[in-house]
Amino acid sequence: MDLTGQLLQLLFTGFTLGGIYALIALALVTTFNITGVLNMAQGEFLALGALLAASLCAAGASLPLAFVIAVATLALLGGLLERSAIHPARHAPGLILIIITIGLSISLRGLALLIWGTEPASLPAFSGGGPLFVMGAAVNPQSLWILGLVALAVAGLHAFFELTYAGKVFRACEINRTGARLVGINPAALSFLAFAGSGALGAAAGIFIAPVTLATYDMGFLLGVKGCVAAIIGGLNSVGGAVLGGLLLGILEAFGAGLVSSGLKDALSLLVLLGVLLGRPEGLIGAVAGRKV
Amino acid sequence: MLEIIGLQVNHGWVRALRDLSLHIHKGEMVAVIGANGAGKSTLLGALAGLYKPAGGRILLNGRSVTGKPAEYMVRQGISLVPERREIFNSLTVLDNLLLGAYHHYRALKDAVREDVKRVLELFPALRGRERDPAGTLSGGLQQMLAIGRGLMARPSLLLLDEPSSGLAPLVVREIMAALADLKQTGMTIVLVEQNTAAALKVTDRALVMERGRIVLSGCSDEMISNARVQQAYLGRVRAARPAAVL
Repeated sequence: MDLTGQLLQLLFTGFTLGGIYALIALALVTTFNITGVLNMAQGEFLALGALLAASLCAAGASLPLAFVIAVATLALLGGLLERSAIHPARHAPGLILIIITIGLSISLRGLALLIWGTEPASLPAFSGGGPLFVMGAAVNPQSLWILGLVALAVAGLHAFFELTYAGKVFRACEINRTGARLVGINPAALSFLAFAGSGALGAAAGIFIAPVTLATYDMGFLLGVKGCVAAIIGGLNSVGGAVLGGLLLGILEAFGAGLVSSGLKDALSLLVLLGVLLGRPEGLIGAVAGRKV
Repeated sequence: MLEIIGLQVNHGWVRALRDLSLHIHKGEMVAVIGANGAGKSTLLGALAGLYKPAGGRILLNGRSVTGKPAEYMVRQGISLVPERREIFNSLTVLDNLLLGAYHHYRALKDAVREDVKRVLELFPALRGRERDPAGTLSGGLQQMLAIGRGLMARPSLLLLDEPSSGLAPLVVREIMAALADLKQTGMTIVLVEQNTAAALKVTDRALVMERGRIVLSGCSDEMISNARVQQAYLGRVRAARPAAVL
């Protein structure tokens, strides 16, 4: 493979990785915007969704059926966790709520270890056939599925928040919680729905990436951290920023690993996070939130 | 219509309302005046469900609504237009108004559209700005939008917290004229206002609050000529004696 082909290959790998991060970042940003809680258990939703779907497929269920069951189960789990762990502490400071979600993350990972063990589980690729070749670089068709899900999630979230009354209700709660309460919106009910939605999106992301990465009980931890980095790079309050942050991070990691050293991959994302926090703490797209004093 | 019995609200260690009792009749427009920190905004916040009372009772049409959250109070017909307006800055003016009708939007979509028209008739300055983000409006227009959003809930009791705060005199006149129009419709209104002269002109009755209690009440017309009110809130100091401190 010539240099152009190699660089193109790294770019495609970066897009695949970035798509995965973008999916996690999207769920994180959506939940954060509505509830003000940075859900550090988002990666675990992804792992549980992938593992559950893999078990269902292994038990004979078709992939679409496994997808629907896993997504519905994780939506329910997300909602239940919000009711049992976040809602009772809803008046606590943001830092406490983040620590609660870290606790949830550890608990869910432990639960996955107890149920599925340490052996990786696999899911079949969504479409058969070998890789596609573009200018000498190979593209895994599953990568296109992942990017397709990113595009669908962005379009769906955009349409929901911009074009529907229900979406405006969510946005109102995000923009001004007191104002929302004064028109009769119950933020607690929206918080439940936001967590249920992030559970569903996490499960869908897990099922889409499992054919590429395999599903393991601890796959969610590092992906969750990377998703969080992507969300922060994007500004934490912007859907577009989350996607941009995810893709940038993925591409940077792929090039860093391919051109310098694969050991640099994870360090690179944390370095980028540090750079963004120091140089542009509001993120690449996010607006600076002023506080009246 | 609204009866408050021995209401007490604390902000941490600070007692903001102390054993406050009050009766507001249907269709009445009441001004609440007082110095900063007297508890006026806390009174409105407690009535709107933003603050949980530490004691006492709030009865709306004979039914207790004590300690109920804001979202419940809106459904019962109590709508607060807060001092900070709390509008949804990045949503359009129209979206803000439609969200004001949140609790009956699905059931009464056509009626909600009519209500939007009525709000735009009450505040013609908002016409033509329906598609603009609310955050791009001037302070006066934002205040009109906040009142309009409060009206979209079809309240039986409208609570207004300093609607003239920080606005130009011309805009204040426009807002006070709109409130006078609302009064004509028979709506019950409680108006907290620092602009005492303007408030006493449009209201039926006035209450003076001090340190969480009502210390003076009476017809607004009488209050205008009350020496204590004149000295403390209307800036008319009698030459013969120094200004009294309430």
